[in-house]
Amino acid sequence: MRTSPFRIGLIVLAAIIPGMLIAVVLFLALYSWPAIQFNGVGFLGGQTWNLGNLYADPVTIRGMQVPIGAQYGILVFIVGTLATSAIALLIAVPVSLGVSIFLAEGAPPHLRPTLSLIVELLAVVPSVVYGLWGVAVLVPLIAHYIAPALNTLLGFIPFFAGGSPTGFGLLSSSLVLTLMVVPIITATIYSALLQVPRPDKEAAYALGAMKFEVAVRAMLPMVRGSIVGAIILGLGRALGETMAVLMVSGGAINYLPDTITSPISTMASFIVSQLDSAEQDPTGMAVRSLAEIALVLFIITIIVNVAARLITRGLHVGLASRA
Amino acid sequence: MSVSQAALEFPLLRGRRIRTRIGWVLSVFAFALVAAPLADILLLVFARGVSAISPNLFLLPTNGISGGLLNAIVGTFVLSIGALIIGVPIGVGGGIYLSEFGTGPFGNAVRFLSDVLTGIPSIVLGYFSYITLIIGLGWQFSALAGAITLAMMVVPYMARLTELSFRQVPLSLREAGYALGATDRKVIFSIILPPALPGVLTGALLALAISVGETAPLIYTAGWSNYVWNGKLTHEPIGYLTYVIWSFINQPFESAHALAFAAAFLVVLVVLVINVTARAVLFSRS
Repeated sequence: MRTSPFRIGLIVLAAIIPGMLIAVVLFLALYSWPAIQFNGVGFLGGQTWNLGNLYADPVTIRGMQVPIGAQYGILVFIVGTLATSAIALLIAVPVSLGVSIFLAEGAPPHLRPTLSLIVELLAVVPSVVYGLWGVAVLVPLIAHYIAPALNTLLGFIPFFAGGSPTGFGLLSSSLVLTLMVVPIITATIYSALLQVPRPDKEAAYALGAMKFEVAVRAMLPMVRGSIVGAIILGLGRALGETMAVLMVSGGAINYLPDTITSPISTMASFIVSQLDSAEQDPTGMAVRSLAEIALVLFIITIIVNVAARLITRGLHVGLASRA
Repeated sequence: MSVSQAALEFPLLRGRRIRTRIGWVLSVFAFALVAAPLADILLLVFARGVSAISPNLFLLPTNGISGGLLNAIVGTFVLSIGALIIGVPIGVGGGIYLSEFGTGPFGNAVRFLSDVLTGIPSIVLGYFSYITLIIGLGWQFSALAGAITLAMMVVPYMARLTELSFRQVPLSLREAGYALGATDRKVIFSIILPPALPGVLTGALLALAISVGETAPLIYTAGWSNYVWNGKLTHEPIGYLTYVIWSFINQPFESAHALAFAAAFLVVLVVLVINVTARAVLFSRS
């Protein structure tokens, strides 16, 4: 059969979607190639991000023109990204499990649409509005109450001992991220719980289990694959979150966090915060190194998202074949 | 079963009862832990935002750290509509392909990569546009670069929602059309599109909400301007509401904070109204 021009048009439009992904990785890699050569492996392990002397004549190092003293290391931002995401997930996972069980089994059925709407709305509040709330409410709360309380209760552990925190830092970034990933994790677990076949639940009841025991001991194990997929999906969101973290992180540079109130920067927030400074570099190496950060972030989130989609995808097939 | 064994089980049952009760309390507490910040965010934004609303907000452009938001409101409108103009045709076309012809390996790959694309951080897409459009093509910060970047974020959502609404139309309608000798184009536009249209329009509305609330990629593509958009697509930066929220809350002036909260109020209002409406439409259809 001959393919009609109309169908070819649709194929072209559909091909734009993978085309965009390929274009992003290709252009980021091409553009950052000089930076990749100049920075080498030290890029990932270096703690110093120094644009060098932007007003002196650039020098030639390894065949590339760079400002004198320029050094690009992103370990601080990698640690900031991983630490905020890890703390956020540590809080968000149990909370999401609780919310999902409450929505799926605990809440009265006629309230369920409203209650799940509340959780879904958390996911549509723009990132920058979370940042605004963070600056206006969360940061003062941490500086005046939460950080001193942690210091008193857990101060014997160096990680929780803080001097006089400003409130901007690791804890505030992690808490804002927590709020942003809970709806993502909850939505996936909740819809998986709703798909648990009725006979399976009834079997658990017939064994004498109480409602909460059915939810926790019978239903949660049945959807454990979805739970793993949901957590990885949440991780993907947390790793790339930009504005909210930028606004409450304190913007650390050349400094590894050592306590829960230390200022930090994530890879995503650092890219935004560096635009003005990087543009001053006449050799363009700073802008190219930022492109290298974007490339690293892209590769990490691609891996995380592909993993999450593969896990949750296999599950839907599994559930469908069971029914 | 002897009597002694039943007696043994009673304390066990009491332990289980207490544990379940604690479990339910914890699950309600988890929900409250999530709902309270949302309520506080809305309360904060609405209370501080409404008190900052005045006619000048809609009549004057920003002037340093005071004035109105006219330039930002116009800019957000231009960028979002621009994103829809570029993104909706691509997304809808791709979605129609996925629903009608996308059963092969190519369709599966597109579907999978479209899901992956929604997980790419917006700042990465923004930086991609920065090095290709702003630096590479030399457009400078501009409306078109911002709209294209937003369109990249919108396309995968449009494609998946279009696919979803097209798939809900029964197969028999297509078969009836083809049996009467209709072409692909005729079947899709005259038979399947009308019942699928509410779903597609809902998708476009959700795409609008995403565009209105986005910040990070615009900082790298649209820039910022204190002037109302003059109609130039390239070589002219453009203002937008989310920039005001981010940048003005860090200024040590009350007038700047008022503008930031007013901008947040407008953005949240648009995003909430769109999302609640869209969910009502989708809910009533399913």
